Amino acid sequence: MEQGGGLLDEALGDLSRRVVLLEDCVDTSAAFVLHHILKRSLSQPPHSTSNAVVFVAFAHPFSHYDRILRRLGCNLAAQRDNNRFFFLDMLMDCPDEGKNSDCGLIALYGKIQKTISALAQENNCVTVMIDDISLMEVAAKGSTNLVLDFLHYCHTLISESGCSLIMLNHKDIYSGTAKPTLILQMEYLADILIRAEPLATGLASDVHGQLTVKNRGIYDGHEGSRNKVSNFQFKVKENGVEYFYPGSKT
Amino acid sequence: MAEWVCRALRDGALEGEHAPALTIKDSIVSPLGFQVFGHVLSQLSTNISAGKSQSRGLVLVAFSRSPLYYVNLLKRRGLDNSSQQRIQILDCYTDPLGWREGLVECGSAKNLPHEVYKAASVCRNVKDVDTLLSSIISLGEGLVGQGKVSFSVAIDSVNEMSRHATLSSVSGLLNNLRCCEQISSIFWFFHADLCEERVAAVIEYMSSMVASIEPLIPFTNGHRGNSENLSLAEQNFTQGKFHVRCKRRNGRVRVMFEEIHVGQSGISFTSPSSEDGVINQVNQALLPKVQFNLQLSEKEKNDRAKVVLPFEHQGNGKPVQIYDGRKSLMDSKYEAAPASTVNPNTNDESSKGEIIYFRDSEDEMPDSDEDPDDDLDI
Repeated sequence: MEQGGGLLDEALGDLSRRVVLLEDCVDTSAAFVLHHILKRSLSQPPHSTSNAVVFVAFAHPFSHYDRILRRLGCNLAAQRDNNRFFFLDMLMDCPDEGKNSDCGLIALYGKIQKTISALAQENNCVTVMIDDISLMEVAAKGSTNLVLDFLHYCHTLISESGCSLIMLNHKDIYSGTAKPTLILQMEYLADILIRAEPLATGLASDVHGQLTVKNRGIYDGHEGSRNKVSNFQFKVKENGVEYFYPGSKT
Repeated sequence: MAEWVCRALRDGALEGEHAPALTIKDSIVSPLGFQVFGHVLSQLSTNISAGKSQSRGLVLVAFSRSPLYYVNLLKRRGLDNSSQQRIQILDCYTDPLGWREGLVECGSAKNLPHEVYKAASVCRNVKDVDTLLSSIISLGEGLVGQGKVSFSVAIDSVNEMSRHATLSSVSGLLNNLRCCEQISSIFWFFHADLCEERVAAVIEYMSSMVASIEPLIPFTNGHRGNSENLSLAEQNFTQGKFHVRCKRRNGRVRVMFEEIHVGQSGISFTSPSSEDGVINQVNQALLPKVQFNLQLSEKEKNDRAKVVLPFEHQGNGKPVQIYDGRKSLMDSKYEAAPASTVNPNTNDESSKGEIIYFRDSEDEMPDSDEDPDDDLDI
């Protein structure tokens, strides 16, 4: 039985230069995976470069994440003061909304790019996190194309500055809609897809759901990672999440 | 067969014909299309740099990956910088809508300090399809010059293009490229499930070859992989069926297929093994739906295999007896005798039909010292 994300980290592997998509549904939220990756990205890596996170929040205010991460043993306010955590609160500040046809997404991209280019000079490894895409779509007045344009520009940052992109979206809000959907576009964009689902067999008191991690391998000459699909179950606790293989919980 | 496709692109267009066009498409259940695109790209680039192809240059329109990615990809496939002189990349990836330029102009952002591939020419408004077309053609002309020498065109994502422009303008662009006299061959890639069926059909109509990548074993419920079929989902990351449908000039359509394997060493194509029954599945899928049965069931096949044909050895332990004309009549009488002892009461021997055949070869044996061809008048 694993505590502290051993199975999850093993399935995710190295996240630099990768796009990670978290898919959840009403029954099972994947927010805890987002928190886990946030904590992991901020914790000091073994090598010399220090990590930084640009967090684009459409869903919750800073205090919400601060409270959760504190329980996980990570002080977001301190990280923010150290210029390692950049919180872009999209609930409070939508500067150009209503004025431009881009609903402020170009300005948001500009902010992210500016932050990354400032950090890149200090040789930082930056993670961009978006919580969540469905609310960004709302902010874009329902324009899927605008959201995709924004994600494309974020993708260009990956290839240029080596950062990684983590985004959360809800699968079930797209169910039943005519193709092509935003979620499918995002699945194509993603290198790693993490899907949180309830158990197929129904509710259980000590298993809260299951995670499926599809990790597309990278094949670039000498170093490459294998394609891997892993599946395990989890139980969300007060101060962390327990991950275990199906059937291993007694 | 992938080789066949690459050869068709290499050989290019005949005088007075449109350029051969290849569509590569995949879907989320078997997302290997981009690897196939990369394979075709590197094969054609190798041919072009070796001077083996009709075209003398290649214009790559990069929508979904950075130019640097392609430079590295071709480098890994053994094309160094000097060989890549014959390839021009039109960068529609870095700044397709001019956001960056706008941000730099208004001073709110500066360009990233990291190395960006400089050799590519950047397109900052992909919505303007006419300009896109003219920049593709002018890049090609820059490579090979104006005149009879031709070049090839590769487009890495028709999805991205059709997201920014209408279907009619995208199909107009593709069609104009095909008609362009200087273009020897053209190929593009798209995800079939990201666009409507009619869009996919329009794009396929404009191509002379369609290569589609499908899962080796399709999901039974027609649904995308869920947690129950993990191994299947994992398998579909590395393996797939490579279907090629090509249209001949006379209208004949030929369908072929292979298996794709993607691994550490790259992509490989193998002809399907008949043992695992995949070929039968394909054959069944390709056959027209008719009311009578064209396929044999497993039992019918076994029954057919058991039928002993009259000219075959029976293999039941008895000495093999083939009449060679040299047996005497006595032998045949002796042969018939046991039958009569087994059934002594039956007296219907006379009612049996019998053909007695004497070979006539014995009357005229060839003389050993005589040349059989000596009467030939040469």
